[in-house]
Amino acid sequence: MTAETAPAPEQDRPAAGGPGTGSGGTLKGRLQQFLAFGSLVVICVFFAIADPIFLSYGNITSILFATVVIGTLALGATFVIITGGIDLSVGTGMALCAVVSGVLITNMGLPIVVGVLGTLVFGALIGFVNGLNIAVLGLPPFIATLAMMLVAGGLALVISGSAPIYFDSTAYTDISTGSIIPGADFPNAVLIMAAVAVVAGVALSRTVLGRYTYAIGSNEEATALSGVNVRKWKIVIYTLAGLFIGLAGVLISARLGSAQPATGMGYELQAIAAVVIGGTSLSGGKGSIVGTVIGALIISVLNNGLQVLAVPQEWQNVILGTVIVVAVYADRARKRAAA
Amino acid sequence: MDGTKQDTPEAPRGAAGGRTLLRVEGVTKSFPGVRALDGMRLDLRHGEALALVGENGAGKSTLMKLLTGIHTPDSGSFFLDGEPLHVTGPRHARELGIGIIHQEFNLMPDLTVAQNVFIGREPRKAGFLLDHRALNSRAQELIDRLELPLDPRRTVASLTVAQQQMVEIAKALSHDPRVLIMDEPTAALNDAEVRALHQLIRRFLRPETGVVYISHRMEELTSLCDRVTVIRDGRYVETLRTDQVSTREVIARMVGRELDTGAGPQNVRQDRETLLSVSGLSTKALLDDVTFELREGEILGFAGLMGAGRTEVARALVGADPVTSGTVTLRGRRVRISNPADAARHRIGYLSEDRKQLGLLVEDGVDTNVALSSLDERFASFGFVRDRAIRSRAEELVAALRIRTPSVGQTVKNLSGGNQQKVVIAKWLVKECDVLIFDEPTRGIDVGAKEEIYRLLNELAQQGKSLIVISSELPEVLRMAHRVLVMAEGRITGELAAHEATQEQVMHYATLRPGAPTAPSAAHDSTRPSTPKAGK
Repeated sequence: MTAETAPAPEQDRPAAGGPGTGSGGTLKGRLQQFLAFGSLVVICVFFAIADPIFLSYGNITSILFATVVIGTLALGATFVIITGGIDLSVGTGMALCAVVSGVLITNMGLPIVVGVLGTLVFGALIGFVNGLNIAVLGLPPFIATLAMMLVAGGLALVISGSAPIYFDSTAYTDISTGSIIPGADFPNAVLIMAAVAVVAGVALSRTVLGRYTYAIGSNEEATALSGVNVRKWKIVIYTLAGLFIGLAGVLISARLGSAQPATGMGYELQAIAAVVIGGTSLSGGKGSIVGTVIGALIISVLNNGLQVLAVPQEWQNVILGTVIVVAVYADRARKRAAA
Repeated sequence: MDGTKQDTPEAPRGAAGGRTLLRVEGVTKSFPGVRALDGMRLDLRHGEALALVGENGAGKSTLMKLLTGIHTPDSGSFFLDGEPLHVTGPRHARELGIGIIHQEFNLMPDLTVAQNVFIGREPRKAGFLLDHRALNSRAQELIDRLELPLDPRRTVASLTVAQQQMVEIAKALSHDPRVLIMDEPTAALNDAEVRALHQLIRRFLRPETGVVYISHRMEELTSLCDRVTVIRDGRYVETLRTDQVSTREVIARMVGRELDTGAGPQNVRQDRETLLSVSGLSTKALLDDVTFELREGEILGFAGLMGAGRTEVARALVGADPVTSGTVTLRGRRVRISNPADAARHRIGYLSEDRKQLGLLVEDGVDTNVALSSLDERFASFGFVRDRAIRSRAEELVAALRIRTPSVGQTVKNLSGGNQQKVVIAKWLVKECDVLIFDEPTRGIDVGAKEEIYRLLNELAQQGKSLIVISSELPEVLRMAHRVLVMAEGRITGELAAHEATQEQVMHYATLRPGAPTAPSAAHDSTRPSTPKAGK
């Protein structure tokens, strides 16, 4: 206990460093979003030049519509990833929630409002169980949510008997495909996601919950020793991510007009990709909702643009993977340069 | 050889070259905010074990890091056998014949002894297959040569601390170093183990080799080393013959002044109410029936050697580690503390010895750190964070504690150690804690800034806060505390009123060894001193 701690060599400024260096955090944050946003613009310009159809109203709404499911999942995942955790259960969890919605509304004939609320609660429950397994049993997030991914995927098939559950009411499908903006043919799902993104953004940047999310990811042990009930907050954060799973389950099943029990696998990785492209660090402590929205848009713009250009489906994932490497590398290089 | 001064700064250079194995000359090294070494010098002779002593923060670790090439000196030079020495990294240091055994082990616990010793240079078959048999037999040869009681096939995790120390030594000696530098090698060893270690060192010493032995345990130095070099605040002070100087004299030179306990609080504050009492605190790993009381406005010092259990008491008290038994009474009422959040709710704050890992969010601003403990109860309305309130409170504290920072938004990793410590203190002041537990409050902090921390802690006590101060620097404890508890092997072995306590007394209690290390609980009670009556 007597090792003299040599002053950290990484200290890059003496104690009384020059003034005006204080608010580096927010400046860096802005720069990060600028970088991601800049890439999004560059990609859009490229596709627009390659094929003018890309910029048509119909194509833009379809890009936004395609962003909804991944985007919603990615919003919840942003919270989890900023804590330094990961949630692999969002894809099959979403499929299970869609099935639950089908059971409540189609099979049990409950009112749509009740069915939707029930599905959201069920999604939150999935997250709550994840949170318990991680915060109370102490399982690594990767393991706990990997297990939940399998459980949820299996339960979706068991409950539905491996068959899709169809929704008869257009009131339900209107949740996603309808348009409350008269005559605009602008899907509600996009508006819902936008609204939820705003709420998530405020929650992350302005509330106690958000502040603890960053604190846990930044240094979990120091946060706990500061008297923050880290266990409780981790459960809250995973439960919140579960709420987003439930919402995504409603949105996807309303969009398809059916609950597809076998889909869902793979969405979790797309959601994580969106979060990471948006500049959120997988090691925790850093990230933003704006970044995640931009990340999700980059993914759907790429998918859409490559389709418009008739690039074979097989190549789209190759390109997406490359984009992830470039995005994350650029982010790291920028941080090194700033340090 | 007739005086105590062996080498003066004017010692002849060229002539000494032939007799000097390792020579350090005028080495200076600064870090932001701290001058760690300032014109440091040292001479190690052939075949000698040279003791190097100095307070924590005197620059010993920095010197070792320069010798292993982890850092490069700002100025000054090193010579090995008269030849200039430029070390570019730990591997290069090994090739040059400099072996270093750090205080913290660098072992991989799940690998075997043999795998650890030969890590990075495993014997191979056919160029790429690991040759386990050769690995184990070579390790066995080494162990036999060093006469160590080790089995090369055992995993390091299954060994005692003393045996792990032997593995470190075997690893260092397997490179056939000429100069072996050992940093506090005996901090966690018992007397028999220390004797065994010293025998090992004597066997290593030959006319062409030498050992630099860093230790705090004065009594050991005389038995192993002929000469002791004292450094203080990054500067060379003096080299003395151990047979001609008393421990007290060495300490006086280390500290550089007669311990100025006069400045510290002398009154024992019998008048004050008992605020906190801890009874029978035990943990599975170490603590055994720790009982003490803390009065209002009191500074209670905890002294002891590394591994004595002082940090463990703090962590158990705030619920950071599980306890097997023990009760905590606060203002006469039993309280249950099962995690640090409970402790914070009861206004007990723990300031860890490892500020960067456990005390701060180093990537965040001063304001964020200051608010962290009190976010929900002071800086939030309806779940929304009131950033303006945080900023203004942070600004108040920056002024009150004289935290030197360009702004409250400054990332704390850019602050000096002393200012980082003040940020942690500010965090707990915002929480309005009554009990503050300081674990090594001045570790890694500049000498000047230390004084400021001492003053701050005194002020806090005068304001009626109760402080527990854990420190490995005895002068610090003796100077600050009203009362000192000494721990050894997870127990409180002595209690001293600070104004009558001496370093020798503290060391006496700190080195009491209540039981054989293999059977920690069995032999305790026979040799255990009378149970300290906490609080009197």
